[in-house]
Amino acid sequence: MLNVGKIEEGFVLDHIEAGKSLSIYHHLQLDKLDCTVAIIKNARSNKMGKKDILKVECDIDTLDLDVLAFIDHNITVNVIKDGEIVDKKELVLPKEIKNIIKCRNPRCITSIEQELPHIFVLADEEKEVYRCKYCEEKASDSTTPW
Amino acid sequence: MRHLMNPLDFTVEELDKLFDLADDIATNPTKYTHACEGKKLATCFYEPSTRTRLSFEAAMLNLGGQILGFSDAGSSSASKGESVSDTIRIISCYADICAMRHPKEGAPMVAATRSGIPVINAGDGGHQHPTQTLTDLMTIRALKGRLGNFTIGLCGDLKFGRTVHSLINALVRYPNIRFLFISPPELRVPDYITDMLTEQGVSYSEVIRLEDCMPELDLLYMTRVQRERFFNEEDYVRLKDFYILNRDKMSLAKDDMLVLHPLPRVNEISVEVDDDPRAVYFKQAKYGVYVRMALILTLLEIDI
Repeated sequence: MLNVGKIEEGFVLDHIEAGKSLSIYHHLQLDKLDCTVAIIKNARSNKMGKKDILKVECDIDTLDLDVLAFIDHNITVNVIKDGEIVDKKELVLPKEIKNIIKCRNPRCITSIEQELPHIFVLADEEKEVYRCKYCEEKASDSTTPW
Repeated sequence: MRHLMNPLDFTVEELDKLFDLADDIATNPTKYTHACEGKKLATCFYEPSTRTRLSFEAAMLNLGGQILGFSDAGSSSASKGESVSDTIRIISCYADICAMRHPKEGAPMVAATRSGIPVINAGDGGHQHPTQTLTDLMTIRALKGRLGNFTIGLCGDLKFGRTVHSLINALVRYPNIRFLFISPPELRVPDYITDMLTEQGVSYSEVIRLEDCMPELDLLYMTRVQRERFFNEEDYVRLKDFYILNRDKMSLAKDDMLVLHPLPRVNEISVEVDDDPRAVYFKQAKYGVYVRMALILTLLEIDI
């Protein structure tokens, strides 16, 4: 069993579906931050069998966690201060996501104008449906990730 | 500053006001002949269109304004690789309002976000064609005297037809409308539309034979099966003549039923129907000019 130590301030993202931690690492742009990050893959989990965990030691206002809810709203977000969990954040589907997924509609303007941000808007909260802001194509599981 | 991207951008009350203005223009055209003097409309058409472009140009000329623009992407800077965002910034320096048609869906919306002048979506791929919907609503209101309390049959290509989808979305906001969707199974209306109707408690039925529902209809909206929407020529050939409205079918309809069509018609309405007083698709084109005149005045915030 591998042991990764506590962090003093930051986040512990728990219950990440096994194998998804690296994608979340990139979506949260952790590669651009100068802070300690622990990526734990395939940790044993009673609930999930296997899971990934991310520990990020940073100021708690640094990260935009909206994107997490879009990727997987079952992720547990523990906020850590002075080495203790001080808050558990509930993930809420963001109203809009930018450059997280690409529109796959070949007739969409984003297919020819390269500099345009790929923006998806939450069209149906209950059914968790996002649509491209420009062409209204529905985002699906096969939508190209960024 | 406002733009028009989608027919639902205007509330029902705002549409009423727009149609009142269009009615007044139709009744008193001379009152508006100098309304846009000194103003210029840019028609930026990245794909060919006859009716829509000429209708916009006629609308601006009727208002005493001037027009400039291009009628295909080949004669614009798009052929040199210029983005829509850059083009509209330039057009904003030359004109006061812009009507844009583009084969890529969402292009007019991109233009609107970068533009210094109002932008009207004059059709973006298979996505939206709001001024056609305004024309359809205006025609129904003018000739039926109401928007609501009727049974409308939509016939032909209900799968790919953007005018049909836009019209349904616009009509559900009015009371007591029943939809009859008449199409071959391959071209039936998409599920997201029937789901929306069910969710909103709007009554609809799907039928295959036009003859079966003709007597029930107050309005019949015919559409063309569009070759450009098919990947397979064989499917197009098989489905293109599925519905042909002729005199025999018209004899089954009510005396005050109206036939609309966004045009161009190929052969889905036999020419023998043209002289029937219930065939109003050519009048529709005239209402299209009045509604575009009203739209230009509204977006330019010109009061007469």
